[in-house]
Amino acid sequence: MFEKITRFELHYQSDGKMKKSIAIAGNSGLKVRSDCEIMLELKSGEGIIIDLTSKVKALYGESIKRLIAEILDFFSVKDAFIRINDSGALPFVIAARMESAIKQLINTDLEFLPEFLNENLYTTTKERFRFSRLYLPGNTPGLMINAGLHSADGIILDLEDSVAPEKKDEARILVRNALRQIDFHGAERMVRINQGDRGLEDLHFLIPHNVNLVLIPKCEGADYIKKAEEVINSINKKFNLKNQVFLMPIIESALGIENSWEIAHASESVVALAIGLEDYTADLGVTRTIEGNESFYARTRLIVAAKAAGIQPIDSVFSDVADMDALLQNVLISKSLGFEGMGCIHPRQIAVIKKGFTPDQAEIEKSKKIVQAFESAKIQGLGVVALGSKMIDPPVVARAQKIIDLAVRLNLISGDWINEITSVEK
Amino acid sequence: MPIKTVINAAGRSVPLEINGQPAIPFKGVGKHKPGGRKYSPPIPACSDYPDDGNKVVGSLEEALRKCGLSDGMTISTHHHLRDGDLISNKVFEIASSLGVKDLIWFPSASFPCNDPVIKYLDDGTINRIEGSMNGPLGRYVSEGKMKGTAVLRSHGGRVQAIQDGEVRIDIAVLAAPTADCFGNAKGTGGHSACGVIGYAKADYLYATRVIVVTDNLVDFPCFPMEIEGNYVDYVVVVDRIGIPEKIISGTTQVTKSPDRLLIAELTASFLVKSGILKDGATIQAGAGGTSLAIAVFVHQILKEKGWKSKFGFGGSTKYMVKMLEEGQMGFILDAQVFDLDSVKSIENNPNHVPYPVFNAYNYHSKGNLTSMMDIMILGATEVDLNFNGNVVTHSDGYLLHGIGGWQNCLHARNVILPIPLFRDRIPVIVDEVTTLCGPGELIDVIITERGIAVNPLRKDLIESVKGSGLPLKTIKELKDEAEKICGVPQKPKFEEDIVAAVKWVDGTVIDVVRKLKTM
Repeated sequence: MFEKITRFELHYQSDGKMKKSIAIAGNSGLKVRSDCEIMLELKSGEGIIIDLTSKVKALYGESIKRLIAEILDFFSVKDAFIRINDSGALPFVIAARMESAIKQLINTDLEFLPEFLNENLYTTTKERFRFSRLYLPGNTPGLMINAGLHSADGIILDLEDSVAPEKKDEARILVRNALRQIDFHGAERMVRINQGDRGLEDLHFLIPHNVNLVLIPKCEGADYIKKAEEVINSINKKFNLKNQVFLMPIIESALGIENSWEIAHASESVVALAIGLEDYTADLGVTRTIEGNESFYARTRLIVAAKAAGIQPIDSVFSDVADMDALLQNVLISKSLGFEGMGCIHPRQIAVIKKGFTPDQAEIEKSKKIVQAFESAKIQGLGVVALGSKMIDPPVVARAQKIIDLAVRLNLISGDWINEITSVEK
Repeated sequence: MPIKTVINAAGRSVPLEINGQPAIPFKGVGKHKPGGRKYSPPIPACSDYPDDGNKVVGSLEEALRKCGLSDGMTISTHHHLRDGDLISNKVFEIASSLGVKDLIWFPSASFPCNDPVIKYLDDGTINRIEGSMNGPLGRYVSEGKMKGTAVLRSHGGRVQAIQDGEVRIDIAVLAAPTADCFGNAKGTGGHSACGVIGYAKADYLYATRVIVVTDNLVDFPCFPMEIEGNYVDYVVVVDRIGIPEKIISGTTQVTKSPDRLLIAELTASFLVKSGILKDGATIQAGAGGTSLAIAVFVHQILKEKGWKSKFGFGGSTKYMVKMLEEGQMGFILDAQVFDLDSVKSIENNPNHVPYPVFNAYNYHSKGNLTSMMDIMILGATEVDLNFNGNVVTHSDGYLLHGIGGWQNCLHARNVILPIPLFRDRIPVIVDEVTTLCGPGELIDVIITERGIAVNPLRKDLIESVKGSGLPLKTIKELKDEAEKICGVPQKPKFEEDIVAAVKWVDGTVIDVVRKLKTM
């Protein structure tokens, strides 16, 4: 508490001008884990003094102090008092907090980058599955460390709504370090940027660190997509980067819904459209219900726009993390409307969502029969496909083929299933 | 004069003498056979006790005086009232006011509510504690502030020490939720019900003097009696023996941590894929959040497959009770209960049976329960590359936990440790455990959120999960992964002074804890 009062007083001197010599970054407190709060006070001529309180001091005290000294040296800080309150933060977190504190006091373009893990070098494809993508608050390192273990299709480090306004700057640096240091175990590496100009600035902290996909919140038109793309291209050029960065606009307003088609085909980089129902219903001035009648039009409109553009429509998150049955029901409705994925706010939702979007055994078997009937009719040169006494129209075959393709991609059946069946029959 | 130390069979340097008594170094699992006769307390005579059977005296102080409380005595208590215990501290408060010195406190476990005894350690009333040391008490001991050397024993090791006469209890002060004037007592009834008081059995059988303290005196006979009045000297009635909400947690809770749930899921998956979990398999898991989640997953599996576990060994929780009630478990044998559902169950369900630790865990006995268990789910603060386990100290060298039944349970057929790979940056897998509590040859599987390591000694288990799709790794790989994420920790520095001895289940010394060098 003491530091916070001091900071306030130093921020606003009697002449009303900002004049800062103390900075604080990070989090501490009873419930905070795997994070640290760093107070930095610039001094003159006293050298570096580090006051470390840490629950892991006996095991990592020396290495924490060495890291702090290295960062201060990197930013040419020679005289400072640093007080650290550490709850077991990993080195990349400590480094992010220290850098954030320094940048509150010193203007610099330097970045203290932790090593980039080779495991994180992968790229993703436009058509990969995005059934589940796990939202993680961008300034809460404790939730990030093991996030990759839960088999989500994507992991979203969020810089927008889950980060308090006064923590936005330090979250950027933390997310940058997380992209470099946390093994995502193959999940698509996603970040949700802020709205407006701040969001475009966020990109500088993400694009050089192999982010696979950027979520654009409260998207209302193609302009912003184009702007974001320009920024991404210029960063890629500057750093000579080749990897494609995909975009997933989130539509959360009436205007956004009206412009969903324009947004969906604004750029080749747009691979999915997501809907944000909390904000959308607020924009309409209606209450969000479980049945969702109030957003039915918006959801279907967005699905149609996405399908027309050949990209994935993605549903909003389901907020009751304790009720897995209701979640599954919600996913099944979502799937029946045409959505191809949903956001998660808790790792336990991942498996339920995946299960919901995965075709079940009965669906696959029925589709196999239809496709098989179609194939044998083709071989026999028949113009009409029949299954038993029932005639099958081409759209039915097309739908069955889609389910089969999905099952093959999910490794539920072999790509060569049709020949395998025939050879058994022979 | 420095105490002579030797290297024991586990490679640890241990003293040949502890608190002035000779100590036997650990010889290897199953190697030490003590011989001789069991300890026997003095023979009493009925003529010294009231003919009407009424042994009630006015106060705990009066009872302690009548028992001849004096310097250097060993006082035992049980821990069934857990963190709600109001009696243990009271004993030492009385002793201190009487000017008694150098007592040895011999609890079956201590809880945070026992922290006030630190002042009786400071004022010389207590010389040492022989029992589990948690929180501030553990710090106190680790910093070398206790006069005598602590002796840490497992629940089974404690009753073994009593039976074999290594520890001779002068006065056992046994809190009882319900008792009669003759001293018959049980764990149910009254407002301080704890379910069972099985940990008190060896104490009342072997102590020279026994005091039963209750806040629920009932007419003779108190039935069914867990403590038999024929062994009891005095009965004391007080307003409260404990704080109910701290004795039994209203409800035990499955972990909500996604990482712990992942560990639980992997554990359940391992149990099925290895074939260890099968129809009839016997199982024991604790009351921690991860263990409870495992119990829930195991219950689902048993249900789906139509299997039934022959019996489970408690501490019971509502999740075990549910298995019993829904037909997936034949019996619950129980040494302690953890929540209200379990208290209700043990009172009403004939297949939920009290089973004293004395019978379940005593290694110097004609067989015990733990080696009959198929599946044993345990925790650890550290495990090393040789699968050795530590449960008493943290990696920073501080003594922070008791052994509980952990060592005893290592004798089960399949010992599985579901543990996080690191806790708040502190890796759980280390080169060498800070304190050795259990030899690696008894620890079979380590299950972390980042992979499963099977002890290379268990070739059968390794074979059984080949090609199962489980994330199998060597323990070295797990350790390297943790250190890649957390960094390599520096080692705590110790002085030469021994602050605690860790006994193996047979009474031999497996390791010691040394005083921490404070910076």
